[in-house]
Amino acid sequence: MDLRGKAAICGVGEVGPFRKAGGRTAVDMMLEAGRLAMLDAGLEPPEVDGLLVGPLLVGAPVTLASMMAEYLGLRPTYADIVDLGGATAAGMVWRAAAAIASGAARAVLCLTGEAVDPEAFYTRGVRWAGLPPPEFERPYGPMGANSGYAMIAMRHAYEFGTTDRQRAKVAVDQRQNACANPRALFYGRPITVEEVLESPLIVDPLHLLEIVMPCSGAIAFVVAAPEVARSGPHPPVYLLGFGEKVTHSLPSHALSLTTSPIVYTAKQAFERAGCTPADIDLVSVYDCYTITVIVTLEDAGFCAKGEGGLFVEEHDLTYKGDFPVNTHGGQLSYGQPGLAGGASHVIEAVYQLREEAGERQVKDCQLAFVQGNGGVMSEQVSLILGREP
Amino acid sequence: MTSETPSRPLPRPTAISAPFWRAAAQGKLLLQRCRRCSSFIYYPRPFCPTCLSDDLEWKEASGRGTVYTYTVVRRAATPAFADKVPYVLAIVELEEGPRMLTNIVGCPPEEVSVGMPVRATFEKYSDEVGLVFFRPDEEAGNG
Ligand SMILES: [Zn+2]
Repeated sequence: MDLRGKAAICGVGEVGPFRKAGGRTAVDMMLEAGRLAMLDAGLEPPEVDGLLVGPLLVGAPVTLASMMAEYLGLRPTYADIVDLGGATAAGMVWRAAAAIASGAARAVLCLTGEAVDPEAFYTRGVRWAGLPPPEFERPYGPMGANSGYAMIAMRHAYEFGTTDRQRAKVAVDQRQNACANPRALFYGRPITVEEVLESPLIVDPLHLLEIVMPCSGAIAFVVAAPEVARSGPHPPVYLLGFGEKVTHSLPSHALSLTTSPIVYTAKQAFERAGCTPADIDLVSVYDCYTITVIVTLEDAGFCAKGEGGLFVEEHDLTYKGDFPVNTHGGQLSYGQPGLAGGASHVIEAVYQLREEAGERQVKDCQLAFVQGNGGVMSEQVSLILGREP
Repeated sequence: MTSETPSRPLPRPTAISAPFWRAAAQGKLLLQRCRRCSSFIYYPRPFCPTCLSDDLEWKEASGRGTVYTYTVVRRAATPAFADKVPYVLAIVELEEGPRMLTNIVGCPPEEVSVGMPVRATFEKYSDEVGLVFFRPDEEAGNG
């Protein structure tokens, strides 16, 4: 399917992130983000005829899409839930474009968000009776995604000699980016490689400062047909290429824990967009842990397999650097408001391509590579976004 | 053994998984094997994910494997594990092919390494439920 230039992101809305929800609910923040995105796109409810909603990590009711639509004053001709974990937002972008290309809708509002009670987050019980994760994994005490990515990092170190210092460099550079993003949870708090390595080991070999911080907030964006997007107040950000692949759910069932399905999704996205990794000006990729970024850079083709550690060591990943990565701070420093964490990479690409990134603006940013990643590197979506269709 | 902390969460066997958990209570590691394509299958399923055949048989596995990867959990995931940290969570690649999540027991965490040979060991919780753990395999040669 060729969706190149068939749709563009023309509105974004961001609420938070907040360390504490402060009485606000996920739904209320998602609705506010949705309103902001429609205002940013210059669209009123009757003009928005598509709605994609991300599930809530804590207690998603059924018929979430119609409930949100009613609240927002929408009567969509296309409505759905997209459930790809951290890849949900990136998955929404091409699904919305496909709906637009098919004629099912002309402007699709995409909503993600979460209200996290930090206490409840770490103690929530088994909710999925009869599914493999609780039955075959819970008895052994996995620590959610933390232990899955720790096992990726351990295997990566074994196969390629990737070091703790190399992984720490990712956290340090992204923190420097966050220091240029007033919205980031860790704005104004730079860190050093030594501080990362001195932070407590949580799941070997991962340290506290290599692990994402769950928080609250919401992000929404509007994907619209080019003519709708061009009539709005901002330059459209076109979808040029995409790729998606889902290979497993349990880490024990990954074909490999060091080579991810990104190999496939990035290849698809670059082929569809007609460009190569060398053409990319901004890399905005899922970063639940430091190791995720290293594996992603390898599998997307920015460096050879096994050389990700060396690559992040040798390049400056900050907005001022030779290879800007996650200029908003990434989830590691911006925060992870549930599935809106994965949306943060999408909207940062939009800000950069619209030249609205302020202090952290990457010079002459024309093409962005976005990666959404769900589960333990199991759900993958690659996107190429650009200024020109 | 008495303890104030809640016990580790135990599986609730289903019609499909009951033979696996019962065998583990008897000290045996069972794997399903597809009679059509000969694939070994873990975790138990109603049909073969390789060829969709539902002609499956239970086979006793050798119990030998190697550590594909592991981590040391230093913060308890739930209160049930509070008295167990630090413990080793690992993915073991069985001799028959499938990989399974488990714990490495019987040695300090710092002695575990990727590629290390391990052997199944069992803990019985009831007649219907046992868990499969792995310990270093002292009998395995070094090559
Ligand atoms: Zn078969």
